[in-house]
Amino acid sequence: MKRAVTTFVLAAMVGLGAAVGASVASAQTLNTVKTRGILNCGSNGTLAGFGLPDAQGNWTGLDADFCRALAAAIFDDPNKVKFVPLTAKDRFTALQSGDVDVLSRNTTWTASRDSSLGLNFGAVTYYDGQGFMVRKALKLNSALELNDAAICVQQGTTTELNLADYFRANKMKLKTVTFASANEALRAYDTGRCDAYTTDASALYAERMRLAKSDDHIVLPEIISKEPLGPAVRQGDDQWFDIVRWTHYAMLTAEELSITKANVDEQLKSTFPDVKRLLGTEGNYGEQFGLTKDWAYRIIKHVGNYAEVFEKNVGQGSPMKIDRGANALWTTKGGLQYAPPIR
Amino acid sequence: MERKSASGKPQVSLLYDRKVRSIAIQTLLCVVILFLVYAAATNAVDNLARAKIASGFGFWNNIAGFDISQTLIEYSSSASTYGQAFWVGLWNTLLVGAIGIVGATVIGFIVGIARLSRNLLVRRAASGYVEIVRNIPLLLQLLFWYNAVLKALPEMSNSLVVVGAYLNNRGLFLPKPAFGDGIGQVLIALAVGIAAAIAWRWFANRRQAATGKRPPVLLVTLVLVFGPAILAFMIMNVQVHFDLPQSGRFNIRGGLEVLPEFAALTFGLVIYTAAFIAEAVRAGISSVSRGQTEAALALGLRPRFILRLVVVPQAMRVIIPPLTNQYLNLVKNSTLAVAIGYPDLVQVFTGTVLNLTGQAVEVVAITMAVYLTISLTTSLLMNWYNARIALVER
Ligand SMILES: N[C@@H](CCC(=O)N[C@@H](CS)C(=O)NCC(=O)O)C(=O)O
Repeated sequence: MKRAVTTFVLAAMVGLGAAVGASVASAQTLNTVKTRGILNCGSNGTLAGFGLPDAQGNWTGLDADFCRALAAAIFDDPNKVKFVPLTAKDRFTALQSGDVDVLSRNTTWTASRDSSLGLNFGAVTYYDGQGFMVRKALKLNSALELNDAAICVQQGTTTELNLADYFRANKMKLKTVTFASANEALRAYDTGRCDAYTTDASALYAERMRLAKSDDHIVLPEIISKEPLGPAVRQGDDQWFDIVRWTHYAMLTAEELSITKANVDEQLKSTFPDVKRLLGTEGNYGEQFGLTKDWAYRIIKHVGNYAEVFEKNVGQGSPMKIDRGANALWTTKGGLQYAPPIR
Repeated sequence: MERKSASGKPQVSLLYDRKVRSIAIQTLLCVVILFLVYAAATNAVDNLARAKIASGFGFWNNIAGFDISQTLIEYSSSASTYGQAFWVGLWNTLLVGAIGIVGATVIGFIVGIARLSRNLLVRRAASGYVEIVRNIPLLLQLLFWYNAVLKALPEMSNSLVVVGAYLNNRGLFLPKPAFGDGIGQVLIALAVGIAAAIAWRWFANRRQAATGKRPPVLLVTLVLVFGPAILAFMIMNVQVHFDLPQSGRFNIRGGLEVLPEFAALTFGLVIYTAAFIAEAVRAGISSVSRGQTEAALALGLRPRFILRLVVVPQAMRVIIPPLTNQYLNLVKNSTLAVAIGYPDLVQVFTGTVLNLTGQAVEVVAITMAVYLTISLTTSLLMNWYNARIALVER
């Protein structure tokens, strides 16, 4: 009920905003956020490792920390974030209508979202791909053995489309059962309504932990799609777009230069030019984005570098223990994470 | 001095003529409203363009690319368009609406009458049902039915098999009859039979009014409805062939498939709406004064006929308006399908299609227009029925 209502309310907001002339794509997001004094961040709400409030209501996860980093850069306070939980299907409407300033919710960057949905993807904060989870008892070794299977999936996702494509491409038959929320989809899988559950591989590991008997389920080896996940903003505000993208790059650069939450104060004394430019002891790069000179210092001080955030939320410091893999730095490990130079 | 016109009415300035004035005001109002709508629409298009959000209805013919679990019409993820997905969703909504309305009406009437029963147990059971069902949010009930249905049903490997029909937690799979040549003629014969039965009823009523004797109706109706059809079936020698469900590695293939999502949604809506209909029926029957029953008894009518011929027709006047409301509610409540994965119009169109195209304004506008149309059509039909059965006051 609540979900159905949100869809309508959000859609009505886009409609009204559009009709009455309240410019939803204001070019002034940074100013709006500053005057409001808080960042509205659309995030997941039910996905461990990415966006999930803990028992005390503190949001945890890679996506949540990204918004904290953004708030740190703007306000020097990572807690000036209001997290808005969004389902896969409502998330874009929430961003379009101006309900949230940034969408940091395991969202795949695709051509249509980048164009006809009127969004811009700031960066790729996590390189993912779609996988399948099945019951061990089925004794499957490959997703290619899933011909004729019933598969539970969440609607409004790239997952829904990849699934249809994959089965068609491999000439397999498919019975999709589509749910509006991951909770419902997962519960249906757990009760035996479906033979498999499919979503981004990272999420599969997180969701598996929520099943009644998680050891009875395995993730199949196939990764059937590219899912570059990252924060999205509305089109038409280049300044805000730059701030979002460089927030991620600042965290990558910090990792590259081995600047951590713990040693960042010490690093302020560094004479190394790259470090000085990042931390704002030389040049005024932050000001050119409409922020302050020490924007990156704030991010690292309050939230940490990319490696710290990754390990804490999805890596070795988390129950998921996901390897850096494709998300390692290009410069040191040959991964895909790569920040343009700050100069 | 007041001038008089030919008709003898006092001649007043057009400005003060009531009729002219009201027409003028109404025209003005219409123009203003039309202008507002137009301005809002063009403004919306402008603003969407500024926000770089696609607008217009061009998306209708783009390939959908996603799968739908229940399709009453031809649909495939690779070849069908968003437009076709819309129709799939609409048919699914109409299916639940139609079956739900019939089911809720039948159960609602039975429970409503039971609430007035002279048998204490029956009365208590009926009112217990109404009170429990009316006071629990429908969404919870649907989730309960869905999960209860799923949990209660056996796994694929332990399917319940009865004469070629399978039942498991993937659904109910029935043998699907397929008819050969000549089925058209059989259907025509059936239609003719139904028409004849209606005509016979009408004749019987007139006969009874004129002579006081009622010709046999039930038997003749049965013969008229099925006789010609069965005859045609045998003459045309129609071949019947059953598409039997087949057990596969993961799922049952073929046959007529009833999804658990559909079953839970329809069942939940029927149970919920029936409770409200029962209340309307009880109120309607209570509104018929006791004197009517007593008069009927005095005339020597048997109790069964008193209810059918005296009480219910009068009660209907009171029942129909709230009944219409409940029908509308049922259709609107069917949008809760999203919660349990039934692909109704809202789930498919306002869910997936909206998300994929990002065209919230267009998609929601179309959806609202559809529900408005369904609701208005339902009320129209019910109003027509109400007018027909209304007591003609003399
Ligand atoms: N990356 C994909 C899928 C994202 C997605 O929504 N995944 C689901 C399945 S794990 C999810 O996060 N659901 C959580 C929820 O809606 O509560 C996309 O952007 O479309």
